[in-house]
Amino acid sequence: MVASGGVCSGMILRLAPALAIAILIGPVVCGLLATILPAFGYLPALGEEALSFRHFESVRRSPGIGPAAFLSLYTGLLTTFIALGIVMFFVSAWHGTRFFSRLQHFISPLLSVPHAAAAFGLAFLIAPSGFLMRLLSPGITGLTRPPDLLILQDPMGLTMMAGLIAKEIPFLLLVTLAALPQTPASRARQVAGSFGYGRTAGFLLTTWPLVYRQIRLAVFAVIAYSTSVVDVALILGPSSPSTLAVQLTQWMNDPDIGMRFAASAGALLQLGVTLGAMLLWLGVERVAAAVARFARRRGTRFQKDRIVRAASASAILIATLSIASGLGILAIWSVAGFWAFPEALPRSFTLSNWDRALPSLGRPLGITLITGLAATLTAIILALACLEREFRTGRTGGSKALLFVYIPLLVPQVSFVFGLQIFFLVLGADASWGALYFVHLIFVLPYVFLSLSDPWRAWDKRYASVAHGLGASDNRTFWRIRLPMLLRPALVAAGVGFAVSVGQYLPTLLIGAGRLPTITTEAVALAAGGDRRVIGVYAFLQMILPFLGFVLAAAIPAALFKNRQDMKANV
Amino acid sequence: MTSGLVLNAISINLAGTPLLHVDAEIKPGETLTLMGPSGSGKSSLLAYLGGFLDPAFSATGAAYLDGRDITQLPAHARKTGILFQDPLLFPHMSVGGNLLFALPASAKGAERRERAESALEEAGLGGFFERDPATLSGGQKARVALMRVLLAEPAALLLDEPFSKLDTSRRDQIREFVFTEARDKNLPVVLVTHDQADAQAAGGLIIELE
Repeated sequence: MVASGGVCSGMILRLAPALAIAILIGPVVCGLLATILPAFGYLPALGEEALSFRHFESVRRSPGIGPAAFLSLYTGLLTTFIALGIVMFFVSAWHGTRFFSRLQHFISPLLSVPHAAAAFGLAFLIAPSGFLMRLLSPGITGLTRPPDLLILQDPMGLTMMAGLIAKEIPFLLLVTLAALPQTPASRARQVAGSFGYGRTAGFLLTTWPLVYRQIRLAVFAVIAYSTSVVDVALILGPSSPSTLAVQLTQWMNDPDIGMRFAASAGALLQLGVTLGAMLLWLGVERVAAAVARFARRRGTRFQKDRIVRAASASAILIATLSIASGLGILAIWSVAGFWAFPEALPRSFTLSNWDRALPSLGRPLGITLITGLAATLTAIILALACLEREFRTGRTGGSKALLFVYIPLLVPQVSFVFGLQIFFLVLGADASWGALYFVHLIFVLPYVFLSLSDPWRAWDKRYASVAHGLGASDNRTFWRIRLPMLLRPALVAAGVGFAVSVGQYLPTLLIGAGRLPTITTEAVALAAGGDRRVIGVYAFLQMILPFLGFVLAAAIPAALFKNRQDMKANV
Repeated sequence: MTSGLVLNAISINLAGTPLLHVDAEIKPGETLTLMGPSGSGKSSLLAYLGGFLDPAFSATGAAYLDGRDITQLPAHARKTGILFQDPLLFPHMSVGGNLLFALPASAKGAERRERAESALEEAGLGGFFERDPATLSGGQKARVALMRVLLAEPAALLLDEPFSKLDTSRRDQIREFVFTEARDKNLPVVLVTHDQADAQAAGGLIIELE
């Protein structure tokens, strides 16, 4: 029932779902295809058409590839296991408490911090010459020079995992919070409590399985991400061997164009590693389910859960505080003058670091802003159109639609974005801004969709019935009633989308081919140089841009609906 | 052309189970009351008439409002004003903004504000134009909601237990206000309720559902 006079908007609404699905699925399919074919030696653009396995052979023979693949596999799995474990125990132990509801406010800001900025912050915090060591020196450690310890880039990847865990916790917490209202969490806790179950066990055995069912795709997205991450691995991960994804990225950027074949074959290996991690995870799920079944049948009450409560809260606090303080240290470094070890703070502060960086900052900053804004705007329009069409037709995509939304997050970036680069090359659109915008859109759209759909669907539809009864058409109802009422979640979703765009490293590097630098690619490129002051400037910008987005997302509705109590954020 | 609302063999089913069947004629200024416990499907009739029936239900039958079968029209073209249990004032608009939103576009310029102001006077809420709806009492909100629906110049009123959430002290007052306005404006009314007092105050035909 599209209003007369709304022909144009009707068209947009009809096309939006198809367009969104095309954006979510198309690039993944095309990218994988353009990875698979060269992997088997087929790339007519480079004059190669004979199918063979020799590129897989050369991947197999390249030094350190086996350990690199193994490193990616176990760091990714362990990261997911530990991060989910912390979130699971924390939510179980603390759901329904004041501490829990307070902590919720910090999740979105933490989530918006780009991975690279968080990784730099952590590095500056825990490095041998980092902030923590300075605090303890020379008083406790007795050191007057940084100790000769390999904390960063340790060969086992422990620091990299720590950085990833700290960043994945807010994401998993957020999806868990979104899932909780759809479970009878509070009542189940009361019932289990009345049977004498401890708080943690009561939640774990009754509500958690329902929560997990809903966040399962997000967990698999975390596996895909942490088995194939590049920027965090470059900053915190081991270097010989580095992770598989880091090694592949080097091949993909190799001036020798022939390396593209081996890179493609390697990208399929990465796909296999991620898939293998997911299959192993299915095993983890089975074991966990069996343990839970056993515990439920045995009926043990687990009343003494103080240790679990304390441990899970400490883990969450450490993760949160390490990111937050890391960011603070980045800010200090960006304005640090002379700062010798082991002084806790610089002797002087100066803006000269900024002065030095400023001339080369303009272009990356401009590209970051324009790409982020354009991708976010497109994603918001598409998501709104899809949700509005769903509302008007009464047809929801169901679980299949959710899978579509998650597809770009479930396939390792390094496995299909490189193919996409080849694809754009064939189209003659390589290293163009349009291609960069498009590839950002692929990753912005899922996050915008995920953060917008719950509040959008939770809206009281009777408002629409009232408006229709007052003679307002669908379009008028959308523009005058629904969008203003949901402006806050819409802007928050935009803030999330913008943060995702700002943080994109690998897609920007590959599609921009070095000719379209953003703040993030520049910051990560500085990692090797180790000039903490310049890194401080770039990483600070990297975190402040998404933050400004969220400030705007809060300030605009607050200004527009200044005297409207019921429009205040229900915090 | 028959004026008023004619419900012609309306049946509503939920997953194949018949919920209700109604044949009725409601003359201008008269009220048809549907009574029944929750789950009896009484609200689904209002949803069918108003054009917002959940796709889980299926319905057949025609509803002629002043001679037109409104079940064939989009919801916004039906001229069926609705009041729910909650006043559902749009929280981002002022009280006056809510009323102006309802006023048909045919009213122009200064006339718009005048009509909104005088509607507020009529409801005993003079000077409330710029107020935030959130600052109103429950009874005041209910009155604004009624004035809003009347300003839209509906051809029928659909009332979905609109008094059930009001204090007992306010309920009689608001109830009388609503029915008096409906009678004055000559509107056919369909009322859904589980409160016997609502049905008595409405007068007219009562259909009991089990």
